[in-house]
Amino acid sequence: MSFEVPEDLYYLASHEWIDPETGRVGISEFAQDELGDVVFVELPNEGEDLTQEEEFGVVESIKAVSDLYSPASGTVTAVNEALFDRPELVNDDPFGEGWMLELDVADDLDGVLSAAEYREQIE
Amino acid sequence: MSEQEPPLYTTHEERGAKFTPFGGWAMPVEFDSIRTEHEAVRESAGIFDVSHMGEIEVSGPDAATLLQGLTTNDVESLSVGRAQYSTITNEEGVILDDTVIYRLAEEEFLFIPNAGHDGEMEERWVEHRAEWDLDCAVENRTDEWAMFAIQGPDAAALVSKAAGEGLRDLSRFSITRAEVAGTECLFARTGYTGEDGYEALVPWDGAEGVWEEFDCQPCGLGARDTLRIEAGFLLSGQDFHSEENPRNPYEARVGFTVDLDTEFVGRDALARVDENGPEELFVGIRLEERGIPRQCYEIRADGEPVGEVTSGTMSPTLGEPIGLGYVPTDYAEEGTEVAVRIRGTDKRARIEAPGFLGDR
Repeated sequence: MSFEVPEDLYYLASHEWIDPETGRVGISEFAQDELGDVVFVELPNEGEDLTQEEEFGVVESIKAVSDLYSPASGTVTAVNEALFDRPELVNDDPFGEGWMLELDVADDLDGVLSAAEYREQIE
Repeated sequence: MSEQEPPLYTTHEERGAKFTPFGGWAMPVEFDSIRTEHEAVRESAGIFDVSHMGEIEVSGPDAATLLQGLTTNDVESLSVGRAQYSTITNEEGVILDDTVIYRLAEEEFLFIPNAGHDGEMEERWVEHRAEWDLDCAVENRTDEWAMFAIQGPDAAALVSKAAGEGLRDLSRFSITRAEVAGTECLFARTGYTGEDGYEALVPWDGAEGVWEEFDCQPCGLGARDTLRIEAGFLLSGQDFHSEENPRNPYEARVGFTVDLDTEFVGRDALARVDENGPEELFVGIRLEERGIPRQCYEIRADGEPVGEVTSGTMSPTLGEPIGLGYVPTDYAEEGTEVAVRIRGTDKRARIEAPGFLGDR
């Protein structure tokens, strides 16, 4: 099975993605498939400062609990509150409506994987 | 350690199943989605490959006597063609495993230890047969029998179509022989989902042909777990474990499997528990805040830890987070307010009876 890995995003080895244009963060299609039915998402509050690879929340599927790690350092400017009532959006649309938070990124995006590098990791 | 594969491993793999190690076996955990599979069983029907379950045959003049001495229920009272849920305890009354015993003939029994327990149970039976000088055969048939569970409100229609109309009226906890796709199988009206259904014991060679006769949702161990948690059924090794979480049948709320009028290993210890009452009880826990109770999370009351969650999930049927665990009897009454500590925060929860779906 091959998974979508959008070219314009950057990734962490732990399967989070970040859009360099908007600072939006989510988890990859591969990750949501591995998790199965997502039933709960715990996210930080707006205004919190995160550092790269710091835990920022938790995503739980019926069968497992997984920590979420920030792909960049920055300040949380928005969280996707729709996920509190509809966590299944993470399964249905991981790169779209299933986004998790937006970051005002503090520095240049170093230490992340390109789409090609991430694709290599999951294949 | 390499894991044993069920006879349909390749078939499941081709169907896109994900696998999980369970009791020494590589078993399908999910075919489509746990939610889809769970809903199929509650609303129509699903079929599970549970070939990881053990099968031990005990036959001969003293077969009933051996089983009577090693299990807590009254095996002598079991009629031919009937099944009995029971537990196997040690001298201290601690549950080593739970099992279903089928009486196939006057002197022929089959019992089903949990995954990975068949070797230990075979050894226990053989040792006690020698110690008690009994005349019967003990054969571990785990590698010869595949086992499927067909569960859900449509299970009777599916099974009677595949195995004969006679199966439709098979009463609960009964077992009979029936042919499917040219293979002689055993069908029992038993299951582990809280729904009506059947469990089929199928000779390994005929497994594929029999599986294909059932046109319903294939289900993995993931849905089996959410279904049994909703029903409040114990999972061996998780809701009780002889070393890591030793429990007696009264604590685990399966005291109905204990017949103190019979003689068995652990009887005297259990008679004392029966007289004094258990110190802790198996309970259901429903979370009243966002979060999911998981195995090993603390159950707290009055600001103090009082127990641990042994199983938990987001209930697909109820859409609410539920769990199972043990608390001191003082906290076990339905409606008692407790908390479950999730990642350092106490989440409000309430004690319930372990069957979350009631008499639905």
